[in-house]
Parts: sequence; structure tokens; C-alpha cells
Amino acid sequence: MAGDNPKGPPPPFGFETRAIHAGSRPDPVTGARNTPIYQTTSYVFEDAEHAADLFNLQTFGFIYSRLTNPTVSVLEERLANLEGGRAAVCAGSGHAAQFLTFFTLLEPGDEFIASRNLYGGSITQFGLSFKKLGWTCHFVDMTDPENIRAALTPKCKAIFLEILANPGGIVLDVEPIAAIAREAGIPLIVDNTMATPYLCRPFEWGADIVVHSTTKFLSGHGTSVGGAVIESGKFDWAQNDRFPTMTQPEPAYHGLTFFETFGDFGFTTKARAVALRDFGPSLSPTNAFYTITGIETLHVRMERHVENALKVAKFLDGHPAVDWVSYAGLPSSPYHALANKYLPRGAGSVFTCGLKGGYDAGVRMVETVELFSHLANIGDTRSLIIHPASTTHRQLSPEQLRAAGAGPEVIRLSIGLETADDLIRDLDRALTA
Amino acid sequence: MHTLHYDDKDIRAILKSVRTIAMVGLSPKWNRPSNFAAKYLQGKGYRVIPVNPGQAGSEILGETAYASLDEVPGPFEMVDIFRSSEAAGPITDRAIALAADKGIQVVWMQLGVRNDAAAERARAAGLHVVMDRCPKIEYGRLFGELGWGGVNSGIISAKRPKMGG
Ligand SMILES: Cc1ncc(COP(=O)(O)O)c(C=O)c1O
Repeated sequence: MAGDNPKGPPPPFGFETRAIHAGSRPDPVTGARNTPIYQTTSYVFEDAEHAADLFNLQTFGFIYSRLTNPTVSVLEERLANLEGGRAAVCAGSGHAAQFLTFFTLLEPGDEFIASRNLYGGSITQFGLSFKKLGWTCHFVDMTDPENIRAALTPKCKAIFLEILANPGGIVLDVEPIAAIAREAGIPLIVDNTMATPYLCRPFEWGADIVVHSTTKFLSGHGTSVGGAVIESGKFDWAQNDRFPTMTQPEPAYHGLTFFETFGDFGFTTKARAVALRDFGPSLSPTNAFYTITGIETLHVRMERHVENALKVAKFLDGHPAVDWVSYAGLPSSPYHALANKYLPRGAGSVFTCGLKGGYDAGVRMVETVELFSHLANIGDTRSLIIHPASTTHRQLSPEQLRAAGAGPEVIRLSIGLETADDLIRDLDRALTA
Repeated sequence: MHTLHYDDKDIRAILKSVRTIAMVGLSPKWNRPSNFAAKYLQGKGYRVIPVNPGQAGSEILGETAYASLDEVPGPFEMVDIFRSSEAAGPITDRAIALAADKGIQVVWMQLGVRNDAAAERARAAGLHVVMDRCPKIEYGRLFGELGWGGVNSGIISAKRPKMGG
């Protein structure tokens, strides 16, 4: 060689290949093919100098599993790869991943804007618990992106949304929202839990950070709570003076400047080296292992999740006991065109429907189904059902229930991988009971 | 300007053949990026000679610093440039002039540093040129360490990696 290769890089590997191989090579010492579970808290230093280099972040390596662990690293690299991002840091849950993200971005007194259509737990985390840390979240109806522009304040440092929202079959038009974030010079954060990178890759539409609850479709079998933060590597933290956390010397790290030193993986490095180090919501290696194993079949599972969800949604849509179905995969959905644009392989497998019989019919349904599991989760191989008004949203008033898309008549379904006809028969029996 | 692409096998070959690196713009401050890169490369067995006129005569990471490439005694195979893209031009020209004498084979410009005209001159003189890359990150990426920090190395392989690269 004399220089760069003008032919450019070789063709990229496909999603399926990367879902199985990214981040995980055979073990150089033993040849172990599958990723070992490194069930260890800590790692022996080569010598005192090596230890110092590791503590100063001057070399890559492992100190203590609150910060890094070789099994967790494989999951991190795999997620970064599948999202088309630069780097990732995992956390003990999706909520912990959100905390790491905002702790790294915000100072007390700072603000951010979030979609009003979010997983209920995120609304509580942002609206109530974050408030105690001095962070203010403005909730906005992002189905009209102009609402975001109107809500922006000089103290806003991020925009947060779920591209495919839990629970309601709502798809947001991310491209214009990304343009607003770019104009404002602040990062767009997308929770991609409901879609997974198989159905949608938010970085391709202008997102800067992606967060996941890996608890759901990524781990995929209802085994392991976990979360992840992924950065695109394209956000310029030095474009304005709003991100001193990235561009000014960090007192918690002897004056290290994270953006200058770590460049396009500076954000995740800082989230790990400060937020994860000091608050400690780490992912266990065993949970990482289950999640890695789950991701190896993500593409196959998501195809069937989507296929089954569409069959079930169509059935419910035509059922006399059902008032409405909110699934963006149905042509009648107001979000169908956006789903075709952002989720061409399918609109996920979580959706809601409204029962004509109201609250009592909802309670009767969750108690009558045989095959659907009545529980508070999504993204399992098993089909799941919940009646939000009598469970997760119990404490809300009727008006609040409706605003949250959880009115008394609403049932949320997460369609699993069982035989679709069996699921349909089970629902039919419960609806006509 | 076209997007630079370097084949992994070429970068790997450079990192395997080079042993001594003259690092132009190496800072004596421990928390500067150049110092980070030099310390890491030392840990991987490279000798890193500081070239920094403001530090000439003093020691950085245990090595004597020199004011210019001309003043470095003895051979070095690679020049790693931690300076602006404009400054990389004349530094590259000195590397070309000294290549035969010092055994220089590679001119490497750091992340964010790119000077296509200088690169063309170096290539014409028979030198390998890498621009807008960091040897620390490339080493970590190609020899399996970068992923330890959750960074996407882009490497997909079912081959058993050889220990120590
Ligand atoms: C879209 C979405 N984001 C975040 C979360 C929170 O994730 P975790 O339960 O892993 O903390 C959930 C959990 O239900 C979710 O559905």
C-alpha cells in the first residue's frame, strides 16, 4: 500500500450476520466459540503501571465489573454495530440507561423535551424523579413536530422520543424532528425498544443517541432485565457551549476532556466512566449473555412477531366486541404511512385495542384468556396481555387514563411467537365469554 | 474531498512492521490526547520519541524530546503528526527529505489531520501515508481491545484471533 484505497470499503455484512457475529470472536486463549459468561467482579493488573493506565483511561481493559466486563462488552459492541452507531454502554435496565444518558447530558437546572407518548414508566421517571435532580422535562405532543419548536427553551439540552411508542401504535415522524434538534444544536435521543434495530435504525433518520430496554425484544425471551445507550458518533459536542460536560475538563477525572480525548465515542465513554462508575447501575454478565443469545435470533423472531401481530390485529379489527384497534401495521391506522416509511418490515408486535364493553369487559378478558399471560411486560416469545386501567394505571383519574392511551376499555397486547390461529382462538373465546 | 478508506490488512501491516515512532506535537501533559496515544503505544512495545520544539531537551514519558525530526538521533520508521492539517505539510516534507537517512517508511496524520497535497508528495517519494486516523484506536480496533470499551470495531470474523495480534 501507499495510501488509502480509493475503491472504498468492502460491501458491509448483512444484519443477520452482524446479529450473530458482531462483537464476538472466538476466545483467543481457549478457542471457546460462544461468548463465555465472565462471571467475575474484577481483573488482575499486569503491574502497577498497567493499573494506573487503566484508572486514567489511558489504555483499554478491565478493572472492575461495575464499569466493564468482557461479556457485557460483547453485547455493547453488538448493539452499537446493529444500530449503525459508534459505541454503546449497557446498564442494568432500560430506565438505568435513560438515567446514564441524562446524567451525562444535564446539569441541575437544565431542561429537555420529551414526547408525551412514552412508556408510562418513562413519563414518571422524567416528570417526577428527574425533577428531584433539578432537571425539568417538558412533555410535548410530537405528532405535530412544530410543537417541539414552540416548547424549546435556551436551557433545553435534548429531545427524547419513542419512534414506535408504547403502548399505542403511534409512529412519530422522526426526520423533521431531527431537523429541529439539529437546528437547535442539541441531540435527538430515540428509545428504540419497541422497534429494535431490525425494524428501524433511528441513526439513519438523524438521531444522535439511541436507548434501549434490552429487557424486551432484544433479550426476547422474558429472561433478563437490561438496557443500553448507543451513540452515533456524529454529534458535534463542541458546536456550542451547551455541553461543558463533554468539552470542559472533568473534575471527576483529573481534568480529562472527554470529547477531545475520545472523540466520536466520547459520550458513551463519559457515561461509563462517570455516570456508571459513580451510580453503579451495571448489567450483570449473565444477563448480558442471555441478551447476546437472544439477539442472535432477533431477525428471525421479529419477522414472526410482526407477522403474528398483523394477523391478530386484523382479527380484532373485525371482531364485533372490539371498538377499535391501534396498530400502525393496519392500513386503516392514521400512522400507517409513517410506519411504511420508518418501519417497512413491520410495525412491531405491541398494540392496544378498545373493548365495547368498557372496564368490566377488559377485566373479564384478561381473566378469561388461557394462552396469553396476564403480566406487565412486552417483547417475550410468549403472548402477553394487560388491562392498564385495572393495573399499571390504576391510580389515574378517567381523564388521565384517556390522555395516557389507557382508558378503561383499553387492552394492551404483546404478540408472541405461538401459532397465530391459537392466539386468535384464545382471544375470540375471551371476547365472547 | 473524498472519504478516506484504508484496508485493515494495510493498517495491520504498518502496525506490525513499525517499532519506533517519532510523534510530532506530543504534549508533556498526561491528560492530552497525544500523551494518551503515546502512553498506550509504549505499552504495546513501541518506542515513541517526542518531537516538540517547546519541550526540546526535557523528558516526556521517559524519552528525550527533540525540537524537530532532523534532530532525532538514530532511525525511526514512522512519523505520527499531532499538529494541524496545514502544519502537517512541512512536517511531511521533512519526513520525505529524511526518509533515506532515518529509515522512515510511514507518515501518519492523526484523527482530524488531513493534508492531501502532502500525502501525494509522500506517496510519490515511496512512503506509506495514513491520514485522519489514530494509531492507538486502530491498534485497539484491529487487535481486539477497542470493543472492550463498547466501541464498534466493525470487525466480523469467526477465526480464532492469535494472541498478541
Ligand atoms: C419503550 C420502553 N422504554 C423503556 C422501558 C424501561 O425499561 P426497563 O423496564 O428495562 O427499565 C420500557 C419498559 O417497559 C419500555 O417499554
